[in-house]
Amino acid sequence: MSIDTKTAGRVAKLARIKVEEADLPALAQEFTNILGFIEQLNEVDVDGVEPMTSVTPQRLYRRSDAVTDGDQQAAVLANAPDAREGFFAVPMVVE
Amino acid sequence: MSDLMKLTLAGARDALRAGETTAVELAEVSLAAVAASKPLNAFVHDTSEIARSQAKAADARIQAGDAPDMCGLPIGMKDLFCTKGVATQAASAILDGFKPQYESTVSQKLFDAGAVMVGKLNMDEFAMGSSNETSVYGDAVNPWKVDERVLTPGGSSGGSAAAVAAETCLAATGTDTGGSIRQPAAFTGITGIKPTYGRCSRWGIVAFASSLDQAGPITKDVRDAAIMLEAMSGFDAKDSTSMNLPVPNFEAALTGDIRGKTIGIPKEYRVDGMPDALETLWSEGRQMLRDAGAVVKDISLPHTKYALPAYYVIAPAEASSNLARYDGVRFGHRAKLEAGDGITEMYEKTRAEGFGPEVQRRVMVGTYVLSAGFYDAYYNRARRVRALIKKDFDDVFAAGVDAILTPSTPSAAFGLGEMANADPVQMYLFDVFTVTVNLAGLPGISVPAGLDSQGLPLGLQLIGRPWEEGDLLNTAFALEQALGFNAKPNQWWR
Repeated sequence: MSIDTKTAGRVAKLARIKVEEADLPALAQEFTNILGFIEQLNEVDVDGVEPMTSVTPQRLYRRSDAVTDGDQQAAVLANAPDAREGFFAVPMVVE
Repeated sequence: MSDLMKLTLAGARDALRAGETTAVELAEVSLAAVAASKPLNAFVHDTSEIARSQAKAADARIQAGDAPDMCGLPIGMKDLFCTKGVATQAASAILDGFKPQYESTVSQKLFDAGAVMVGKLNMDEFAMGSSNETSVYGDAVNPWKVDERVLTPGGSSGGSAAAVAAETCLAATGTDTGGSIRQPAAFTGITGIKPTYGRCSRWGIVAFASSLDQAGPITKDVRDAAIMLEAMSGFDAKDSTSMNLPVPNFEAALTGDIRGKTIGIPKEYRVDGMPDALETLWSEGRQMLRDAGAVVKDISLPHTKYALPAYYVIAPAEASSNLARYDGVRFGHRAKLEAGDGITEMYEKTRAEGFGPEVQRRVMVGTYVLSAGFYDAYYNRARRVRALIKKDFDDVFAAGVDAILTPSTPSAAFGLGEMANADPVQMYLFDVFTVTVNLAGLPGISVPAGLDSQGLPLGLQLIGRPWEEGDLLNTAFALEQALGFNAKPNQWWR
């Protein structure tokens, strides 16, 4: 399958990575190569095979639904590029 | 005094207990070797203050007779492990300035056991790479050098492997998603084990592909791998995929007796273009295991060929999800914004500036294979193929095979920059023998086997049954003794 520049641009957008218009053709070519490699998987007969959800045959570990941690506001915000008054600060989200 | 770094973990442990040296002395010798190793670019964050205070505390424990095996032993820490108050960047610009407020479970376990952290180690960005060339810190360099070429130490745990092979510290932590412990160990002539998925807690390890990632040790020999793996292992309520099983005494499993064990040789691991030296070492390894009393037989793992393409769907898919958290809000880098930029521009610019090309590529491939209309064709198909790959192994184990012997890598280390213009897929092929093990969640170990025609190390890999690392380590121990590999790189960087 060949990936065109429009699809490459759409994927970049979905991934929230800014890609300059001029770089899209090269990116599309890389995707085409990688997906061409991946397409070998179409040779495999997977009829009746369940997609693997866990490599170890165990149910996810459960615990009681109770608060186990908290009061960590300063630690949570310590690495924020912009934190004010106990909150993460971001540019305007809604006009 | 510099001879102290020639010791193994076991040797240094015994010397400490016998009072022949101290943890403080070991730490100082290690820190000096680290400082002298700048040309290798293995160490990227200085933790000498922490090392000195941990060494003092370790000496007190040794004095008091309360010294676990790792107590007082200088180790390096891959930059993927969150270390409290110490820069942790996963070799990415997007985590520039990030100092975790918590300690990863594995590093905490090592510290509880008295280990001394002499520095944080270089790696591929977010562990995505096979040559340590995607790091924001620049390339780590292989201590092995046979001509004018500067070689890769492999990846992603390239700094870990370079640091241990160069004898700057006694061992190092690594992580392995598709071969990132075993391939660098093979490229640098040392030992690395990836345990069974779920043996080590992933909590506090910067996530790449959560269903494949496992931590493990990179060490000088098999005994050291057993000692350090035991200290790193164990159930952790903070990682829902960690297994609640007792951790055996792995070192006690090293009897060297493998009589009656069955070793499988998978025919699918013989690939075109494999160097003669590797082919020879592989068949010598078979003979050595036979001489040690094992039954060696040919086996088939028919879906091997599809492991790499399945991996390059599953790993990027999981990465695209895991790396969604790097958005410039909670930690790390945030792009400078223009007037009028909103939150979408902030995300897009931050991620374009913060992620290197290989990480961007994988995040976008992962986004694509998970996107509406392609999820079934790519992601679900890959997960079905993964189930078949695991079944290949289940079948041979059910037929009585105890371990599987393969080469670790298709060739010895290549030169830094040699793959710069290659298709990304060419680089992916270096993981061809290791990636199956991650997909099946199995333990795998690489031991140094010999040198190729250029004089560069090559490794052999043993793959074991799930949760039977002790048995696997013992088989590796028997192989190691028979191989008798003891070549070391010349210390050209000093």
